[in-house]
Amino acid sequence: MTRYAMVIDTKTCIGCGDCVVACKTENKVPDGLNRDWIVEATSGKYPNLTTEFRSERCNHCSNPTCVTLCPTGASHLWKDTNIVLVEPGMCTGCKACIAACPYDARLVMHPDGYIDKCTFCHHRVEQGLDPACVSSCPTHCMHFGSLDDPGSIVSQLLQNRKHKVLHPETGNEPNVYYLT
Amino acid sequence: MKRRDFIKVSTLLGTSAAVSPTFLLGGCSSNPLPGTGTVSATPTICDMCFWKCASHVYQEDGELWKITGNDDDLHSGGRLCTRGTGGPGAYLDPDRLKTPLMRVTVDGRQTFQPVSWDEALDYIADKMRAIAAEHGPEKMLMLNHGSGSSHFRHLLRAYGSDSRAEPAFAQCRGPRDVGFRLTVGESASSPERTDMANARCIVLIGSHIGENLHNGQVQTLAEAINRDATLITVDPRFSVPAGKSQHWLPIKPGTDLALLLSWMHVLIEEDLYDHDYVERYTVGFEQLKDHVRSYTPEWVYLETGIRPEVIRETAREMAKAAPATVVHPGRHATWYGDDTQRSRAIAMLNALLGSWNRKGGFYIPERVSLPEYPLPDYPERRYSTADAYPGKWPFASQGVTNGVIDASVGEDAFFKGWLVYGTNLPQTIPGVEQQLEAAANSLDLLVVVETMPSEMTGYADVILPECTYLERYDELRNSGERQPSLALRMPAFEPKYESKPGWWMAKQLGHRLGLDEYFPWEDFSEKLDWQLQQVGSSLEEMQKIGVKNFPRKTPLYFREGTRPRFRTPSRKIELYSRQLADKGFDPMPVYTPPDPVPEGFYRLNYGRMPAHTFGKTTNNPLLFELAPENQLWVNPLVANEWGFRSGDYVRLGSPNGVVSNRIRVRVTERIGPDSVFMAHGFGRKSRRLKLAFGVGADDSTLMSNIKIDPLMGGTGMRANFVTFVREASAGAAS
Repeated sequence: MTRYAMVIDTKTCIGCGDCVVACKTENKVPDGLNRDWIVEATSGKYPNLTTEFRSERCNHCSNPTCVTLCPTGASHLWKDTNIVLVEPGMCTGCKACIAACPYDARLVMHPDGYIDKCTFCHHRVEQGLDPACVSSCPTHCMHFGSLDDPGSIVSQLLQNRKHKVLHPETGNEPNVYYLT
Repeated sequence: MKRRDFIKVSTLLGTSAAVSPTFLLGGCSSNPLPGTGTVSATPTICDMCFWKCASHVYQEDGELWKITGNDDDLHSGGRLCTRGTGGPGAYLDPDRLKTPLMRVTVDGRQTFQPVSWDEALDYIADKMRAIAAEHGPEKMLMLNHGSGSSHFRHLLRAYGSDSRAEPAFAQCRGPRDVGFRLTVGESASSPERTDMANARCIVLIGSHIGENLHNGQVQTLAEAINRDATLITVDPRFSVPAGKSQHWLPIKPGTDLALLLSWMHVLIEEDLYDHDYVERYTVGFEQLKDHVRSYTPEWVYLETGIRPEVIRETAREMAKAAPATVVHPGRHATWYGDDTQRSRAIAMLNALLGSWNRKGGFYIPERVSLPEYPLPDYPERRYSTADAYPGKWPFASQGVTNGVIDASVGEDAFFKGWLVYGTNLPQTIPGVEQQLEAAANSLDLLVVVETMPSEMTGYADVILPECTYLERYDELRNSGERQPSLALRMPAFEPKYESKPGWWMAKQLGHRLGLDEYFPWEDFSEKLDWQLQQVGSSLEEMQKIGVKNFPRKTPLYFREGTRPRFRTPSRKIELYSRQLADKGFDPMPVYTPPDPVPEGFYRLNYGRMPAHTFGKTTNNPLLFELAPENQLWVNPLVANEWGFRSGDYVRLGSPNGVVSNRIRVRVTERIGPDSVFMAHGFGRKSRRLKLAFGVGADDSTLMSNIKIDPLMGGTGMRANFVTFVREASAGAAS
């Protein structure tokens, strides 16, 4: 299995939302829905403060509870990878995956009647391209690649920089990392 | 953004496991993956802001798909910003102007009526002929912003007028550009010529790179952060770059000039300045040394709130990295009315550090020497723009909007006609609405060329609907850069509705005014092709590549040991300015304390948000979805005192009784208790903007304390105060 990961550098992320719009246009996401979003976390008291911006989305977990809990098999892994997709034809819109997702990363409801989500732009990955969000980011703070390849940019960054994932306690083994 | 409504789903969990995935349970078939249809790409230059990034417009099966950056483009490095990526929204916006409109009176009520292009253009040409005959062509004024204005400037110059003003000068960059010209003989340019990619220390003073998305600036700042350059940010607010900085100096608003003078004091007192550079390139060092002696960090601390040791430490950091230190010139510089002097202080500080035109400081931009298409000379003019306000603002290098607007009011007004292109004056110039109305009632002709039904269109006699940048040719982009570079904007689509390109409107008006010889092309692309052929390219080539970079002919930085001539009277960098002294101004910047905050009021700080280019984009459906309204940043202490929580709606009041639209409170530690902050461009008043109308508040309507820069006429906007206006519904609405 190829394990794809996204590594986002909070040191240079400015929370501009370009990734959100790039995803939206690339994937023709319908009005009112977004597959990724920005979180701003500020701590401290004026003037002793830190602010972290994070571009968040589906974590394409190594242990994807949304896939396990999907009653129809609509939620599935793409080829032999950790990329979680939804097969519209099999999705009944039961929302079990929404409850199962620790990241609130699934969208109700695509107008065509299924639960939509980030695909890591697998149609681009297949062509050797980065996901649209990664390749649009003006600060180059987002990176994408395979963790199986120790020479990949994502492996290198995780080896050399302090990092974290969101909600590690769930045991879902997420694959979106944040450099801190 | 609201991704979905909250739905309780916990009861479903127990029943989820048993169904076979092979059952077909309804739903639908898969949508085709993006990009699997017939895909084509057309080059363009982004028009979502003034940065003009070269891009590709992708279509799939004839429908607009996406816009991405052109990899060869130095402005964008192949990556657009949020707004550039949101460009499809400008084309798809259903509220776009669709037909020419003329003001008519029906049953005693004025309204706009759709008319044919012939009718609209004939009307305008008749009025322009009459103005030229009765008053002279110079009495026809253009107010403009943006790259498409060149067509109309050409038209008016051919007609006999170069009377022109843009808010980009007196409401934005003017003081900075004038301050730098007075000091180093050149402006800081657009794109800014900062060499942040190579800097080891960057100083931002009220410049919110990252909140504004000036693309190349954002990218090179991020590069500098990745290289662990020292970042020093001066801002009363914990701005985005403040959060990335080793040194955040939360300065008292309005005291920046004191800090700049104190930094110069430290550099001189501790002998940290670049002796060779100062001796070789500058005049007036001894006067400056005397001048800044009194600006000790201990005294300046009392004004700025920045501790003396921090002032000293940051000055030393700058000197340690010099000349690879950028003290950033900023961009929107019209703050307190002494802005040209503050900008001069920034230029002077860079000079002491030896960073102007040195690696890691500033570079020398170079353009392509692109021949102009051979056309007859423009007629001689009897009046220039400044003749409309004689004796005022001696260092204004461009028309001053406030001056020309005032000179358009009344029977005996200087100007008799306006052509307004791409600028929304009511939201751009604080407190201008009354004067605009008076001008509109005085003028013989008021034409507005726009893509959107902005507030400005409401003042027009005739509205000409321009197609968006995705549907038209414009002039080639030839901005100064690290490398000379040309970029092409060409239509990816036919103009929607009855909209037309600006070049076509100018040519049609030219024809009606007997100026055909100035418009010898059938299609504007012929002119572009001719120009491109002169520099070894062609329209055909540019239609494929979009951007062409040329080799530099001149050095990127000063050659060490040379003695370049600066474009100042002394041919040197003027630390002491004789020309200012001669006109009765301070030859070196003098700090004046800002007006104190009245009891019960807060400073009104305003700025940018990355999703929008002010009001230009607030109705763009893609960007509206990302950021539909502005929020009012309020410190928790203030929120507690007033009993506000995040998400509550409030209204703001100015000292002279203006009450704002309602705006949502965002309680945050990122602002101090003496100020509030909002992004500019909201609180739209044009009902024809169906998304943006009435959403959020407009800062400029709350500004009553305007500080005019006596040197160049800039509109200082930061000396304004607001308080909260209580209303019963605050908090209840959503």
